[in-house]
Amino acid sequence: MPTPRLAITSARKQFPGVLALDGVSLTLAPGEVLAVVGENGAGKSTLMKIVAGVYTPDAGEVLLNGELIRFPGPAEAIAAGVTLIHQELNLAENLTVTDNLFLGRELTRGGVLRTLDRRAMSERAVALLARVGLSEDRANVRVEGLPPGEKQLVEIARALGTQVRVLIMDEPTSSLTQKETEQLYKVIDALKADDVSVLYISHRLAEVKRVADRVTVLRDGKNAGELAKTEITHDNMVRLMVGRDLKQFYPKVHRTGTGGAAVLSVRDVRYARGPETPASFEVRAGEILGMAGLVGAGRTELSEAVFGVRALVAGGLLLNNESLRVRSPRDAINAGILLVPEDRRLHGLVLPESVGFNLSLPNLDRLTSLFGVKRRGEADLHSTWISRLRVKTPSAAQPVGLLSGGNQQKVVYGKWLARGPKVLILDEPTRGVDVGAKAEIYALIDELAGKGVAVWMITSDMEELLGMSDRVVVMHEGRVAGELAGTKLTEENVMRLATGGWNAEGEKG
Amino acid sequence: MTRIFGVLGLVLVLYGALFASHDKAGEVGNLIDVANYQGQYGIITLGAALIIITGGIDLSIGSVVACGAVLFGVLMNRGVHPYLAVPVVVLFGACVGLVNGLLITRLRLQSFLVTLCGMFIFRGVARLLGDTVSMSRVAQAHPEFDGALRNIRYLLVGKSPTDGELLFPAQFVLLLVLAAVVGFFLHRTAYGRYWYAIGHSELAAKYAGVNVDRHRVVVYVACSSLAALVGVLLFLNSPSVQSDNAGLGWELYAILGAVLGGCSLKGGEGTAVGMVLGAMVLPIIESIVNFRGDKSDVIPAVVGVTLLIGTVVDELIRRRSRVHR
Repeated sequence: MPTPRLAITSARKQFPGVLALDGVSLTLAPGEVLAVVGENGAGKSTLMKIVAGVYTPDAGEVLLNGELIRFPGPAEAIAAGVTLIHQELNLAENLTVTDNLFLGRELTRGGVLRTLDRRAMSERAVALLARVGLSEDRANVRVEGLPPGEKQLVEIARALGTQVRVLIMDEPTSSLTQKETEQLYKVIDALKADDVSVLYISHRLAEVKRVADRVTVLRDGKNAGELAKTEITHDNMVRLMVGRDLKQFYPKVHRTGTGGAAVLSVRDVRYARGPETPASFEVRAGEILGMAGLVGAGRTELSEAVFGVRALVAGGLLLNNESLRVRSPRDAINAGILLVPEDRRLHGLVLPESVGFNLSLPNLDRLTSLFGVKRRGEADLHSTWISRLRVKTPSAAQPVGLLSGGNQQKVVYGKWLARGPKVLILDEPTRGVDVGAKAEIYALIDELAGKGVAVWMITSDMEELLGMSDRVVVMHEGRVAGELAGTKLTEENVMRLATGGWNAEGEKG
Repeated sequence: MTRIFGVLGLVLVLYGALFASHDKAGEVGNLIDVANYQGQYGIITLGAALIIITGGIDLSIGSVVACGAVLFGVLMNRGVHPYLAVPVVVLFGACVGLVNGLLITRLRLQSFLVTLCGMFIFRGVARLLGDTVSMSRVAQAHPEFDGALRNIRYLLVGKSPTDGELLFPAQFVLLLVLAAVVGFFLHRTAYGRYWYAIGHSELAAKYAGVNVDRHRVVVYVACSSLAALVGVLLFLNSPSVQSDNAGLGWELYAILGAVLGGCSLKGGEGTAVGMVLGAMVLPIIESIVNFRGDKSDVIPAVVGVTLLIGTVVDELIRRRSRVHR
């Protein structure tokens, strides 16, 4: 067997609180397209970033053409022929295509002034654009004016300009149309013919089948298996992606069963700049409704629409069977619909302010008298929720940004529990939370549901989804792909629906 | 808290320098005079600081002061009674703030740009309203207003109704009253909490159910109303007011006062006590320069250097305290 273009052996990477990679190995032959698949958080992105020099591994080796390498940064990786194209493209939108192709390595006429050699650059730009199938009239267009598919191709052309040998593409088709995707496949075929190796990360298993020569599956930061070209099928990939036992971590003590009447009904909702297909589902009293889907499936956006952050353009909401208009978060909060947002540092907390400030903020309307905010009432609220949620903080005056992730998250819960929720929307309820605080938060969610709160839990953590949910709605590319409960609520079925496969009844989703 | 002691220390040092500059500098008459200017700058500082706390800026303050002063004079020249003219001028200021606030929140324009345009527009409006206004002209045209005007002057500026001599620093008293009101809202009510929250993180405030746009408009209305009120004070305090230079550059004095008093231009920080202390700095410096007999041309340079030193010292103190934590 010839020397592989790229070989990774036993790569390990630890982040605070998570072991992202736990001994992953892979090889990539010259001119080969290797797809790397796995659930959210399986370690795909970390692995790619190690190859591209963004991260350095804690242990393990990366061999390029048989030579041991350790890139100090992305610039060195690019110089060695390894380029990563991020999911969010890294183009300077305000510059022209040509400027972007040569950004940071402009061709100059030399000398101290480093005057640009525009003619040489535009000649080379035309040649590079031709290789990715873009016409030469694109060379002087500003990038912001291009459709997403062409931006992707410009990124590839830029990589070609650096004599790329290993091209890493992270979810390259997530914002492309069908036609643009086809064009991308053609370019990938041409790259293969030019002996460029491609690492292709995607959630979309149908694409993987079309484009990959081989598939490596990751699970929980480890190799879960490998599939040769002939073995690549949707079912084979899903089988490798899932399959592990759930720990006895998820309490179901306070909940009685399947829940009562519908508290919140989402009826044919469409929101501004959202998908064409309307979404409908309901959350019942006393249940935890899990919402699954891959990153970008539109779950967070849907919750923001219900919470009044995004404007509804069609459909409506029913709260306890009565029509409800939500035009701002204030409306949602007054109706008892409360959101624990995905990004607590941006949306959930005023970080420089104190724990007490944050606990009070949405409750000030209830703490105010003619003489301003009632200090006694406020102090009671702070001490009640700090002790009830066991927030580890020296005092209510501590800036909330100085607490650990788990304790910050508890403060977000506290500010809403003080109001008494009817519907509690949890978007990634334990992201960035350590194991101990996680268990406490799970017990809390269970208790709330037991008291009759309708809990709508959006999560990308499969264990959490299966462990906590009474019922699961799966979303795929902005639409509700299916609903699972009871014996049908399995990891395989969730992944099948989430990746756009067949639903549990065997019908096309 | 350290911020307040810092600016308090600066004020005390400057008073020391003032007493040392000339025998007459420490006389009660001069101190009252200085206090009166402190009141005048202080009131616009309150307005500017409220906007800065929510993360915005208002560059139109000086022009609105000029507009307020000229409008006050013109209204009375045309026969509007002084007691009615004062609220009309303040209402005019409120309308200016409303327009600024709506442009910034509804059209999502940057506050810097909107109020920069306002700075030019309202300077122009002041010039269109009239060149020069003064108490004596109003008294000539409408002798029946003279008594009321002198009463208002006594109440708001502290000048004797009979001979116009400065009796007490009424503008400073007015500043303290207004600062108490601002302080109540800022530190004791939900409004203040919302303003700080908006300044630190507009998104977190929005997700907590705060009506961000409405509160932004409120602070612009407050700031421009205060600026127009200072226009009235300027009219009462001056022999005459010229529309082309009245209040020129005062928005920057107000912003400096706010920053000296502990407001961060990034938003979310500042106290009412700090605002008052911050606004006290500039008039002391001006008085020192006058008493040292330096040409008044040097005032801007002295002010700039003093403030720069203050800023550098403040930053050094802050860095040190950060290291120690």
